This record gives sequence, structure tokens and C-alpha cells, in this order.
Amino acid sequence: MNMVESTVSVGAPAIRPIRARLTLTVLGFGALTIVTCLLAPLVGSTSISLARVFDRSIPFSDNVDAQIFFIARMPRVLAGAVTGAALAAAGVVFQAMLRNPLATPFTLGVSAGASLGAMSAIVLGAAVSFGPIAVVPLASLLGAAIAAAIVYRLATLRDRAMSTTVLLLAGVTLNSFFSALILFLQYIANFAQVYRAMRWVMGDLDVGSFQPILAALPLIVIAFVLFALLPSSLNLLSVGTDAATARGVDVARAQRLSFVSASLATAAAVSLAGPIGFVGIVVPHLVRLLVGVDHRVVLPASALFGAAFLVACDVGARTLLAPLEIPVGVITALLGGPFFLWLLVRRG
Amino acid sequence: MLRGSDLSYGYARGRDRSGFSLRDVTIEVPRGSLTGLLGPNGCGKTTLLRLLAGILTPESGTVTLKERPLKDLSRREIARQIALVPQETHPAFDYTALEMVLMGRHPHLGLFELEGPHDLRVAHNALATTGTDHLADRAYMTLSGGEKQRVVIASALAQSSDVLLLDEPTASLDLGYQLDVASLLSELNRERGVTMLLATHDLNLAASVCDRLILMREGRVIAQGQTTDVLTASRVRDIYGVVADVRHHERAGHLTVTPVSRAQ
Repeated sequence: MNMVESTVSVGAPAIRPIRARLTLTVLGFGALTIVTCLLAPLVGSTSISLARVFDRSIPFSDNVDAQIFFIARMPRVLAGAVTGAALAAAGVVFQAMLRNPLATPFTLGVSAGASLGAMSAIVLGAAVSFGPIAVVPLASLLGAAIAAAIVYRLATLRDRAMSTTVLLLAGVTLNSFFSALILFLQYIANFAQVYRAMRWVMGDLDVGSFQPILAALPLIVIAFVLFALLPSSLNLLSVGTDAATARGVDVARAQRLSFVSASLATAAAVSLAGPIGFVGIVVPHLVRLLVGVDHRVVLPASALFGAAFLVACDVGARTLLAPLEIPVGVITALLGGPFFLWLLVRRG
Repeated sequence: MLRGSDLSYGYARGRDRSGFSLRDVTIEVPRGSLTGLLGPNGCGKTTLLRLLAGILTPESGTVTLKERPLKDLSRREIARQIALVPQETHPAFDYTALEMVLMGRHPHLGLFELEGPHDLRVAHNALATTGTDHLADRAYMTLSGGEKQRVVIASALAQSSDVLLLDEPTASLDLGYQLDVASLLSELNRERGVTMLLATHDLNLAASVCDRLILMREGRVIAQGQTTDVLTASRVRDIYGVVADVRHHERAGHLTVTPVSRAQ
């Protein structure tokens, strides 16, 4: 077995002191993210100039470029950045806590729950309206919360520490169970509802205004505050629960914190933009190839790179077949599917 | 130094109480000793080690470290004083050997604290002590079994604890590496004064490096004391059901056990 591993394993990057690596990585990926978010709104049917956008001599009401940049295109770019960061970071956390590099933010059924919630709102809740409150994102949040609660309860039923086997099995089961319910809802829905639901499931960053982003932001901020407590525990959890305990990690607490924070980030991202696949697995693995596997570096780097990655994918979604728009989930899947398979083969 | 009093623990839950893996176990690991823990498969060695490391909580009985009950200490306090070398370590990601060793510094670092020059020195010392300094930047998963085990021992050393618990550290190693690990352990014990409890199936390893032995069978302690007093042919027969020749080997300078046949 050692022979096989040594032939397929890629040498890890040379070790610099952790502080230097962290600073360098955050600055590098931070710059990439900022540049991507500034350039992305320039691309579109009407071309605008970055110089004119930030030209202070023209009043905003007269500056068409600035209006297109900030009002028409920036919300979509920010939605991509927030969603990409949340999904990529959640992927890192789930992979470490499940000790499984192939886990995604959707492995444990959170997104299936969110999809079922959104679907129910679209199909059953058409008559219900709460005025300005958007029903579909709320219903998807509720669905995600129910799914997470079921999985959490099952995994902690017998022991204080979570069983990763139970987590994975419960997640897979819940995924197919919810999929069946979604199919049933589609079966009883009318064409318009099915079309709307299909579009939701494909993922869409066209949020229209800053309002939906602001609504999702508090949850994502809470998730990231919790993420900040995790990285060194994640390193040890990924080595093994006994090894982690023996080195002073409260394993049960670290697992719960990981599960709650990553589920929260996933639920908020999915309620904002729909279940956009593959971001949560492609980004962490690309980042690991670049900066090594230490979670104190991987987690912030993945959040930043996830933001840049999804914003870039969405630019592709808007422009590749313009004026036709490709759902961004299709773009991430087209990139992510082959990448995922390559990872499987590479791991032997 | 490290003591377990009347420890009981069972994995079976509910009505079935026959599944007790440890019953009323009282053991003592004196300061500075290298104590061996012997017994057949499933006799509770690993369970005992996990109880002593505070990974499991006993159903009854107490573990005390330097006269203080383990349950009064925080996880981090325990980790600063007791390190554990598990049977096998399979990280989910491709850490380098140095990163694996640096994780041993975890109980000494604050929540947001990154390891500094002192921690790096400790880690490199630990690598040097186990003869693995040249592997520091290699990916752990690409190392051979013996190299992996020595890196894991280095990681435990980097914890700077006074007590080291080892769970069959030589189980998957060939003869050469077994000797290397054995001499490493006795060197650490003699020169650094690290107190050790070593669970093993290898009676000759135990006889060569351990000054004390604890013998277990079916979740109970059969005997404990000086190696030369405890390790006898009749005890080997009791525990393993094997007729063996136990005698002092002049050139090796310690007791050796040669299995002869299965006891009738």
C-alpha cells in the first residue's frame, strides 16, 4: 500500500513558517478576489470603463457607467462573492470534520432540505404572500434547518461525539428521501411552477438588488465568526478523533461547532442563490494544491478563492452564449465534474 | 505518577452487561518507569490506554495523574502532561512530517496563536530524536510504516509531556524497525526521564525494554510488578494458552520468551 501511495502522492509545498505562509496567502488570494470583483461588473452587454465609474468629477446621477456598475451589476457580483466564499469555506469544514476529502457542503442533506423548502414554497405557497418578504428564500432556510436538525440529532443520539459514519449515511439517505419528495411536488405542480423550481435548482446569482444579500449576510457573518475558531481543531480532527483528543481538542465540541457553522453557511448561501454545486469541493482542493493542507491557511484562502471563482464562473455564465444566459450552476458543474473525477483517480 | 483505581468500562449498552471490556482494573505507572502492558487480543489494553489518556470516561473508578483526578483537569491540561501514540495514524489530508509533529504543540498554543520559533525548535528536536529530521518536508502519507510510526512518536514528544502512552507501536513494523523503536523508547526513558506505558503483543520487546509489566486477561489485571518477577512461563500459559520457554538470554541481557506449543 505504501508503494502505491508513494507513486501517486504529490509532494507537499515546501514549508515556510506558518505566519509568513498565512500572510502571503491571504494577501495573494485577497488581491485576486478584489480584482475579480472590480473587473467582473465591467463585462456585459454595455461596455463601461472603470476609470469613468470611479470618476468623482461626474455626479452619480449623471454617471451612467457608475450606475450600471453599482446598481445593475454589483449586486450580482457581490452575491457571487458571498455565496462562493460561504460554500468553499463550508466545504473545507465538512471535509475536515468528516475526515473525507470528497465531502461537499451538500453531502449531509442541507441543500436537499433547502431545495425541498424552496420547492414547497413555489408549488404550495403560491397563494401565500407576506408582502415584501421573500417566501422562497425563507422556506429554503427552514428546509435546510430541518434537514440539519435531523442529521445532527441522529449523529448525536448514541454518543456525545458525532459518528462520521452516521452523519454520512444519514446525509445520503436524507438526500434521496428529499429528492423523492421534490419529484412528487414537481409531479403535482403546473408547468410554470416546475419551470420556476427548475431554474431555482440550477442556481442563479441574479438577485436584482442588494436587499437579498443583506438578508443572508447576518447568517453568513455568524458562520464565519464560528469558522475563525476552528482551523487548528480541524487539522487535528482530520488526523483522527483519538489523536485530536490526546492533543487537547474537545472533539465533541469541535464537531458540533463545525457542523453548525458549515450548515449555517451552506443554508444561507443556498437560500440566496440556489444549490450551486462543486464550488465547495473544487475550490478547497485547488487551494490545497497551491498552499498545502494546513487548515489555518486553507480555510481563509478557500473563502477568498471561492468568492473569486464563483464571480468568474458567473461572468462566463453571462457572456459565453450572450445574449443567452447559462445558469451558473451549469458552469460550475461543467468545470467541477471532470475535476472531481480527476481527484478520485488521482487519489487511487 | 499515573494511576487507575477500580476502573470499569463497557462498550455494550443496555441490558447486555457481558460486554464489559474492563472490570475493576487497578494499575500504577510509577514516575520514570517504562511499564509494559501485555495481554491477548481484546483483553482491554487499548481501552485501558484510552481511559488513562482521558479519551474515554470510566463507568466507575478514577484515573489520577500526580495525585489529581483526571476528571478535574481540562483536556488541554491533560494533553500537556500525557501524550498518546495510537496503533496507526491515517490523516485525511497530505500533511508533511513536520506539520504532523507541530500538531503536538497544540495544547501549548492559545486559540489564535500560531506556533513560533520555540515550537519549531521543539518539533525539530523531536524529529532529530526519532531520527526523522531528514523527512521533515516529506508528505507523511508517502513514508514507510516505520518512518510513519517514528514521526507519530516525534509528534507525541513535541507535546513535551511527562507521560507517554504507546499502543502497540511496533505492531506493523519489520524486525529492524522494531529494534529501532525499542531502543528509541528505552533511550527516551533513560535519558529524558519520560514515563511510559507500552501496550504490546511482543513479549520479547517488553522483556527487553520494560522495567515493569502489567499482565491482563479478559478485562482484568492478572499480575503487575518487576519484569523479572512477573514474566514467567506459567503466566504466559495462563494468559495466552501457550507453553513457552522463558529464560535469561546472556547475550541479549534480558529475559526471552520462546513459544513452544499451544497448551492442551
